[in-house]
Amino acid sequence: MGIIKTDKLTFEYIRRDEEGNVEGITKAVDEVSLDIKPGDFAAILGSNGSGKSTLAKHMNAILYPTEGTIWVDGQDTTDEEYLWDIRQKAGMVFQNPDNQIIGQIVEEDVGFGPENMGIPTKEIWDRVEESLKAVGMYEFRKHSPNKLSGGQKQRVSIAGVIAMHPKCIILDEPTAMLDPSGRKEVIRAVRALNDVEGVTVILITHYMEEIIHANKVFVMDKGHVAMEGTPREIFSRVEELKALRLDVPQVTLLAYELKKAGVELPDGILTTEELLGALNLSK
Amino acid sequence: MSIILDHVNCIYGADTNQEVKALQDINLVIPDGQFIGLIGHTGSGKSTLVQHLNGLIKPSSGTIYYNGKDISDDDFNKKELRSKVGLVFQYPEHQLFEVDVFSDVCFGPKNLGLSQKEVQLRAYAALKLVGLEDEFFYQSPFELSGGQKRRVAIAGVLAMKPEILVLDEPTAGLDPKGRDEILDQIAKLKNETGITVVLVSHSMEDVAKYADRIIVMNHGSVMYDDEPMKVFRHFKELEEVGLAAPQVTYIMHALQERGLSVNTDVSTVEEARDEILRVLKN
Repeated sequence: MGIIKTDKLTFEYIRRDEEGNVEGITKAVDEVSLDIKPGDFAAILGSNGSGKSTLAKHMNAILYPTEGTIWVDGQDTTDEEYLWDIRQKAGMVFQNPDNQIIGQIVEEDVGFGPENMGIPTKEIWDRVEESLKAVGMYEFRKHSPNKLSGGQKQRVSIAGVIAMHPKCIILDEPTAMLDPSGRKEVIRAVRALNDVEGVTVILITHYMEEIIHANKVFVMDKGHVAMEGTPREIFSRVEELKALRLDVPQVTLLAYELKKAGVELPDGILTTEELLGALNLSK
Repeated sequence: MSIILDHVNCIYGADTNQEVKALQDINLVIPDGQFIGLIGHTGSGKSTLVQHLNGLIKPSSGTIYYNGKDISDDDFNKKELRSKVGLVFQYPEHQLFEVDVFSDVCFGPKNLGLSQKEVQLRAYAALKLVGLEDEFFYQSPFELSGGQKRRVAIAGVLAMKPEILVLDEPTAGLDPKGRDEILDQIAKLKNETGITVVLVSHSMEDVAKYADRIIVMNHGSVMYDDEPMKVFRHFKELEEVGLAAPQVTYIMHALQERGLSVNTDVSTVEEARDEILRVLKN
């Protein structure tokens, strides 16, 4: 069984009017079945309101399914006995770094999670050090988080999650508020965690070029999984993605436009190097 | 209707040990009818700059002129300035509060002391300008999608009939289609009404596509102020200050380095396609 597995997971919101009468039911997540294996780098795409974040919140038991089941590392999230296990195994990083940082000093902030797990002091410091090193923020350990850039703050948030030694980290639009270099820093840190430390990554984003290194992509639409495949398979379907209010990376779009104009090119080009190769301009 | 910034400086925490020079010697002319992209890394001074434009922050030194009048003068009408320079903050949907969409958009013009009829006409026109359908007018703003909420918030500012519209990251967190819809709508608005738009953005692709002038901020100073293509020629310098060029600009440079003699002054996918096709056909 994978690290995150769902079986026909459904989540319904009950809409009420001002008097509290039920107006209707919205299915935010509709029979989603997916299986994410240890070490995967999975990406979830989808328009606003497609159910991505609602689904993500099931992955560390912030929300529970109305119907269907989700297992985190084999544990059913509705079993209260496993709640703290699950929260430790699957860590979550949100969009706004300012809402996630509580410590006065970077290293205190990162130590907050392990401290609450009752880890011995010596080990907390070891974990803080290793986590800050993993995201390239060790030299800032004595700084105040307020003085950091958005990308740096977000990397501190990620270090705070890693310090709890999760098996899986879920990032819900971690780069939406960052400048280009902040985005690059965060994505580089996330990829390193996945490649070097073997942490399973689930990345939700609206920036298409951030997910070309994922090994699995799920595209959500109206609560269900509309497309599933590798980045190359997904980004070969330009028109379908556009119909789902999404996009492809600029290089993919450029190759697609050139192909439409008669240039012989394969589908689903993901990097500049691939485009150069396809145009016989390799090194 | 122009804004002129003349040697504007802004210092936070002056005379303390935490003094920060947020703006240093800013000289800018913002004329009528331009679409200006304002870019810079986090903390470069973009937000401080836009808050000077409608007098929310007073410069520590230097002068800001609105239509030739010094906005720090005692007899200058700040209230009018705030209705003429409309500021849409980040995540403006957090500022929605009324029971329905239409009332929310009415709130601004109502406070200008206009007649009820005028208020409603303005609200209606503003909602049409942002492309919101009538069916949503009497819904709670909180039941709309992210992109719709944001359009309602922008309509609230448009209903004040600003001559300059300043938008601080209006597309953060929106899906690609929602992003294009809002920016297309704003570009259309600019073309139809001739207002000036200042777009603060972290997306180089968006700025390249829509702006006819880009101002780059770095450490509180203006680093570049030019047409998009010319600004993105400095992509190496931009990277050093936490920015970048659009991905297509890099592709064009890579093509040129490998011997395809394309012009690298390209910042959108359409331009890149046309330029590559032109070279391949020869």
